[in-house]
Amino acid sequence: MTKHNDGSNKRHRPAHGAPRGHGGMFVGLDKPKNFRATFRRLLTYLRPFRLRLTFVLLIAVLGTAFSVIGPIVMGKTITIIFEGAYDAVTNSAARGVDFELVAKMLLFLAGLYVFSSLFQFVQGYMIASISQRLVYNMREQIFTKLNRIPLAHFDKTPHGDTLSRVTNDVDTIASTLQQTVNSFFTSIITVIGIAIMMFVISPLLTIIALISIPLSVFVIRPLLKRSQKYFGNQQRTLGELNGHVEEMYTGHIEVTTFGREEASIAQFRNVNDELYEAGRRAQFISGIVMPVMNFIGNISYVLISIVAGILVIQRTIAIGDIQAFITYTKQFTQPISQTANIANIIQSTIAAAERVFQLLDVEEEKGVTATKEMLLRTDEVKGNIRFDDVSFGYDDTLLMRNLHIDVTSGQKVAIVGPTGAGKTTLVNLLMRFYDVKDGAIYIDDIDITTIPRAELRQTIGMVLQDTWLFKGTIKENIRFGKETATDEEVIAAAKAAYADDFITKLPDGYDTVLNEEASNISQGQKQLLTIARAMLANAPIMILDEATSSVDTRTELFIQRAMSELMKGRTSFIIAHRLSTIQDADLILVMDEGQIVEQGTHEALLQRDGLYKTLYTSQFAGKAPA
Amino acid sequence: MRKLAQYIATYKRYIFILFVLVFFQTLSQLYLPTLMGDIVDNGVVVGNIPYIWKIGALMLFVAAIGVVMSIGISYYASHVAMRVGRDIRNDIFTHVTDFSVHDFAQVGTASLITRTTNDVTQIQQALVMVLRMFLMAPFMLLGGVLMAVSKDFMLSLVILFAVPFIAVAIYFIMKKGYPLFQAVQKRLDRLNTILRENLTGIRVVRAFAKERAEQKRLQRANENLTDVSITVNRLMAFTMPLMMLLMNVTIILIIWFGSVRIDVGTMQIGDLMAFIQYVMLILMALMMASMMFVILPRASVSAKRIEEVLTMKTSKQTIGTETLTEPIQTISFQNVAYRYPNAQRNTLENISFTLEAGKVTAIIGGTGSGKTTLIQLIPRLLEATAGTITVNGKDIKLIHLDRLREKIGYVPQRALLFSGTVKENVRFGKDNASEEEIVHALQIAQADSFVRELDLGYESFIEQGGANLSGGQKQRLSIARALVRQPQIYLFDDSFSALDYETDKKLRHRLLQEASDKIMVIVAQRVSTIIDADQIIVLDKGRIAGIGTHKHLSETNDVYKEIITSQYGKGGIA
Repeated sequence: MTKHNDGSNKRHRPAHGAPRGHGGMFVGLDKPKNFRATFRRLLTYLRPFRLRLTFVLLIAVLGTAFSVIGPIVMGKTITIIFEGAYDAVTNSAARGVDFELVAKMLLFLAGLYVFSSLFQFVQGYMIASISQRLVYNMREQIFTKLNRIPLAHFDKTPHGDTLSRVTNDVDTIASTLQQTVNSFFTSIITVIGIAIMMFVISPLLTIIALISIPLSVFVIRPLLKRSQKYFGNQQRTLGELNGHVEEMYTGHIEVTTFGREEASIAQFRNVNDELYEAGRRAQFISGIVMPVMNFIGNISYVLISIVAGILVIQRTIAIGDIQAFITYTKQFTQPISQTANIANIIQSTIAAAERVFQLLDVEEEKGVTATKEMLLRTDEVKGNIRFDDVSFGYDDTLLMRNLHIDVTSGQKVAIVGPTGAGKTTLVNLLMRFYDVKDGAIYIDDIDITTIPRAELRQTIGMVLQDTWLFKGTIKENIRFGKETATDEEVIAAAKAAYADDFITKLPDGYDTVLNEEASNISQGQKQLLTIARAMLANAPIMILDEATSSVDTRTELFIQRAMSELMKGRTSFIIAHRLSTIQDADLILVMDEGQIVEQGTHEALLQRDGLYKTLYTSQFAGKAPA
Repeated sequence: MRKLAQYIATYKRYIFILFVLVFFQTLSQLYLPTLMGDIVDNGVVVGNIPYIWKIGALMLFVAAIGVVMSIGISYYASHVAMRVGRDIRNDIFTHVTDFSVHDFAQVGTASLITRTTNDVTQIQQALVMVLRMFLMAPFMLLGGVLMAVSKDFMLSLVILFAVPFIAVAIYFIMKKGYPLFQAVQKRLDRLNTILRENLTGIRVVRAFAKERAEQKRLQRANENLTDVSITVNRLMAFTMPLMMLLMNVTIILIIWFGSVRIDVGTMQIGDLMAFIQYVMLILMALMMASMMFVILPRASVSAKRIEEVLTMKTSKQTIGTETLTEPIQTISFQNVAYRYPNAQRNTLENISFTLEAGKVTAIIGGTGSGKTTLIQLIPRLLEATAGTITVNGKDIKLIHLDRLREKIGYVPQRALLFSGTVKENVRFGKDNASEEEIVHALQIAQADSFVRELDLGYESFIEQGGANLSGGQKQRLSIARALVRQPQIYLFDDSFSALDYETDKKLRHRLLQEASDKIMVIVAQRVSTIIDADQIIVLDKGRIAGIGTHKHLSETNDVYKEIITSQYGKGGIA
């Protein structure tokens, strides 16, 4: 396709997994909507760790204090050495360097460093588990939440969006906690500590050193602004590129057969070149920030040297103090450049947290917590089902009005009608994937809204349109229907679903591992596996949601036999396009535009000159191209 | 990794420039401590202000050179890294576009997408870091040692004594750390896989009331990931302080031994201060090098995944040279077989039949009987592994692939549209299709009326994958896309399934008018849709179970009779 306007590109939010975390030091600006509220909420996650965090903070203060004292002790030592040696030169009676004192000082210095390192280690050690545990808790919370979010939400939101919140956004939070928070604290303490030390050594020099701070901010700010812009560009082009790749790969057959390879590659190269250009600029700008900072550091170093020289001549400062001071100025720039970008990192972290919280705040299903005692026991469910005056719509407009259905135990009910007639909706309501807007559905005279969803669904076996299989062995996939099933039961179910035949022909049989897309078996075989799964679940009520339509006609013949065996003594619903499979149904519901327009047996319905008859004749009197 | 090295090698000129820049940048960095020492010894100590000014100016000059070099390094590093990324992406995309249908299924579409996008980004980021920072490490290490030795040989022995300790410490930490970092990556992938499965299968999970079991699975993956992440981060928490300690102890030793040398008068105080700077530079270089091991595991996983794609042999095809000048009259299969690579059995075997212009051929058969495989042999999406296919008597492999495909209108089972306008989507079939041709194709495909009703008509925007259209609408547009090519061979792979009866009938009627003298192949599920076909091919487990008209087959062919029974019941067709 040719390029389209900006509006359509917005769909490609970086959900495709463009790393949003701070891989480098600089990130594209990602502004949160409500900073304060989100920040506070993020803090609540720290609450379980507050004792440990206080301790870590304490340790950090101590560790930093020790490392900040280091240079001045070193400076004093150097002064001692210098003065000793200088004395020896000028005064022949002098003893030279006082090695005993130097040794003492150095030992003291070593002690300082040992403790400083020890404290740093303890601090990092504790932060490691705090941050990871916190993120663990957050993930757990999300997983629990996912089970409570109504299906309607997932039907509306792309999976990629949810996935990106749980992976990318949580990752961003984790790395911020691990790296930034830790270094942020020590940076602040270091800056304060060093400022004090510098001031103690020489207020005049300190003022000179501090001049470099506004100077560096002045130079760095425009650089950061630019880098943000470029990173934004990079992110956008990356989204565009990902979108193109996704389309062309999913449409590979079309691209090939219509001979569009060259056009597709040409467009890819175009976007790829743009991405290269944007990425190069972004990386370039972010790469020169540090050297520029260092250069400014060097300027202030020279200035300090000059002033220090004057001071030394006036004998108002010791040589070792200058060494210490210079060390401090060097250490001073590092935490400042570290915190220079902290505002951006925190902002994008809060934005990430906001997206996670949005997910956590999705309105939950109105669940049933207080269960009526012994409501439904799977082995005792008779399977009488009644829709009483049910009304429903996916949004504010009602699709279904005042629906009445009465099914007695053991009946086979077929639901037919054109696409969009509401067949799947009926199933959605019975399974409580969605809840009715008005009226009620009863199973054995119990209102299903009073039954916990999990319990309700255990009484209903289901074969869905989409054959969902997970990465794992075939055996595990069938066993999904009943966790406790023995190998024999699994094989028996597979045999009943006519799946045993193809499974045993696979090199690893039942232990064949299905890959992520289950592309190592055919669509029909996938269907058979899901049928086997439903067989194993052995629920008193069965729903076959157009399952048979993607299985070929011959396999279907076998499956039909197995199915009718399965349906014996069970209330069952079949949604089918092919009317041939349902002629023996006890009840046929003909749906159109959300309503049940006709119901009855095959014969009774044929007698009437209604929709069923039209559908029937259209299928069976259908002609090939005439 | 070797393949990757080749990509970088392409830019050896830039890499060479980078090395030069890094060399001079390192020199400037190494020269600075010496100047600083001089300022102290000859300026500060003796109070020679003009000297300080002079050397200070020199220092600033040297530092400025360093900055210029650094900017150059940043420029070339991002240049090379982004170019390598771009090249890899181009190559993957071009290579994957070349993939056969089978190659594609082998890796999986989703996986191919991440390999083309995410994995390359990972490599790119690692490369920027390597070029910008790590390249400096060996120079710094070597230069630092040289400078230290030249300053004071005896004192530099302390460094030579300390370096092995640090090297050994880094070695052991990385030996432990590298597999841990890999484990983090693996477990993160695992968690994401399970999560993705849970999202795509949410209906099934809920239908089977398996939320709790699935949550346990997620929890276990979460725990595994957390455990190893904590271990890794703790190891890192151990590393930095240890390095700092080793560095500081070295400095203390240098001050001690240095003080002796100063006392004797063989060394000046400024030299000692410069020396301390060198030690710091050397150790920084070592630490930088060790940081590489944090970034490498991630990048190497990505590199491996990319290499898998790049080294995958596409089922290479001979392109052919001949063109077809006269209209296609016949396509004929002679004892054709097809076996998927690595498969045990042939998917298709002993297939012989002839397609003729002006005739409708239908293919019917069970799942896995090979219908789609068979139809995909015609545009050579798959290549027959035995037997020959001829077009107008000419071996299909001799005909130029593009010329062949130009003449084919293929409508796959799953109607897939692209983001873009309706018009653009139809034009996908024929680049230079005129307005009239597009409207005509839409009319035959029974899509014109609904397209006109859309807000912007032919210019209406279709979302990726056709998400804003119904199944039937998508199918009709994908048919129009094939029709606009005015092909000589029509291939419909179960392409009318989402159409209602009326539309289906009208469409077929118009189609037959349009293509009365063309070759038409229809794969079908329902017998009712193919009753009037000129010939019906019944496929059963990859073999032809019968060829003939409906009347003929329904009397003589057992497999066909079985299919009829399954669709119409025992009574046959009413």
